[in-house]
Amino acid sequence: MKMKRSLWLFFSIVSAATFAQDDLLKELEQTEKPKIEYATSTFKGSRLVNGQTVEAKGKGELEFIFAHRFGAINTGSYNLFGLDQAYVRLGLEYGITDNIGVGFGRNSVDKTMDGYIRYRLLRQSSGVRNMPVTVTAFVNGAIRTSPEQLPVGQIYSDRISYTAQLLIARKFSPKLSLQLMPTIIHRNAVDKTVENNSLIALGAGGRYKITRSLALTSEYYYRMKVKDGNQFRNSLGLGIDIETGGHVFQFVMTNSQGITERAFIGETTGDFFSGDIHLGFNVTRTFQLKKIK
Amino acid sequence: MVLEKSYVSFFSKAAIEDIKAENTKSVSLFNISTNEIVFSIPIKDFKFDKALMKEHFNEKYLESEKFPKATFSGNVSGFSKEIKGDQSVIAKGKMTIHGVTNEIDVPGIMSTEGEKATIKAVFKIKLADYNIKIPQLLWKNIAEQVEVKIEFFYKTQ
Repeated sequence: MKMKRSLWLFFSIVSAATFAQDDLLKELEQTEKPKIEYATSTFKGSRLVNGQTVEAKGKGELEFIFAHRFGAINTGSYNLFGLDQAYVRLGLEYGITDNIGVGFGRNSVDKTMDGYIRYRLLRQSSGVRNMPVTVTAFVNGAIRTSPEQLPVGQIYSDRISYTAQLLIARKFSPKLSLQLMPTIIHRNAVDKTVENNSLIALGAGGRYKITRSLALTSEYYYRMKVKDGNQFRNSLGLGIDIETGGHVFQFVMTNSQGITERAFIGETTGDFFSGDIHLGFNVTRTFQLKKIK
Repeated sequence: MVLEKSYVSFFSKAAIEDIKAENTKSVSLFNISTNEIVFSIPIKDFKFDKALMKEHFNEKYLESEKFPKATFSGNVSGFSKEIKGDQSVIAKGKMTIHGVTNEIDVPGIMSTEGEKATIKAVFKIKLADYNIKIPQLLWKNIAEQVEVKIEFFYKTQ
């Protein structure tokens, strides 16, 4: 009888001790001040497929981007299904602060030079402050330097275009992020029979992570108020992102050849569903130039 | 006893790269009469030299959106409340990182002075014990065992 009672006492002390520890942990959690939890890594990098994402570089980070688009697959085996042709963009982007980045690049399509600023205005967060989306403003200017000689009747500033985008994205879960891209592009000179100088488009896209390092991406830009007789098409891109160490490798399939906003949003000629598909890739490499204090 | 200040760091030494991070946002409670100690480390608050390292740490390895904290709950033994200054102690209990719990015992040093007490410890954590997976490609960048340093400064309420 005595044995049983002391055994019972022993068990109740042990269980009280374990409960006490759990209680102490709970008490600890209650003393914690509520914080703001920011969503991080809504996308793996600054590019979705052809276009931009809301991601801003960290302060002092330099990103080198090499983007490559082959010719169209349906140009047949003689042209090695497009692999013989190549369109390239080389670019650099630098984070001045955690929310502001500047970049510039050069594209082989029309030998276009572009420069831009990216400004992350709002960050998605939960906790003390609830913000459902991350919003980044993107503004770029681009100038076509090809053809070398100005055609008759043109002035140099005809080669210039400006793009402004408001990128709005939400990370719904660690796997799924979606983004909307209202866009306006102003081109100094266009063929006015089929175009307006200003083009308004709405882009939509997203990424879905399948493993820690692999994600599927998609992106579509719908142009609004397109004039009758306009020969261009909306840009569609699908991609696979592979992340390894300091690189992100994006393998893409798109009907667009150009890699500046003016070119892929406004001047895509390919019909995706007729096989005018350009394979391509974006490779980014990140360097930390200024160590974080 | 209530926490005044905390410092947690970890260090991984590998052939290509050393990885180091520090965290000053941990919270802890230490009950000096029952010897119970608990602490909680918010994973997102580790500071790294490189932004990309912090991103990979949170997104890929520790998955901090799913497992936002590393916690320990256990007991400290081997000390006497009467002794002032440094004493060797052992903390025994459950360590939970990345959603996996293991029983550990960690030797440390406790110092008391009046209303204040400090507990310091240095110990190794094997990543595989907590299901933290290193891709084979990066075995030269990330060590299998990581050295963790903790320093908690307490005062009586």
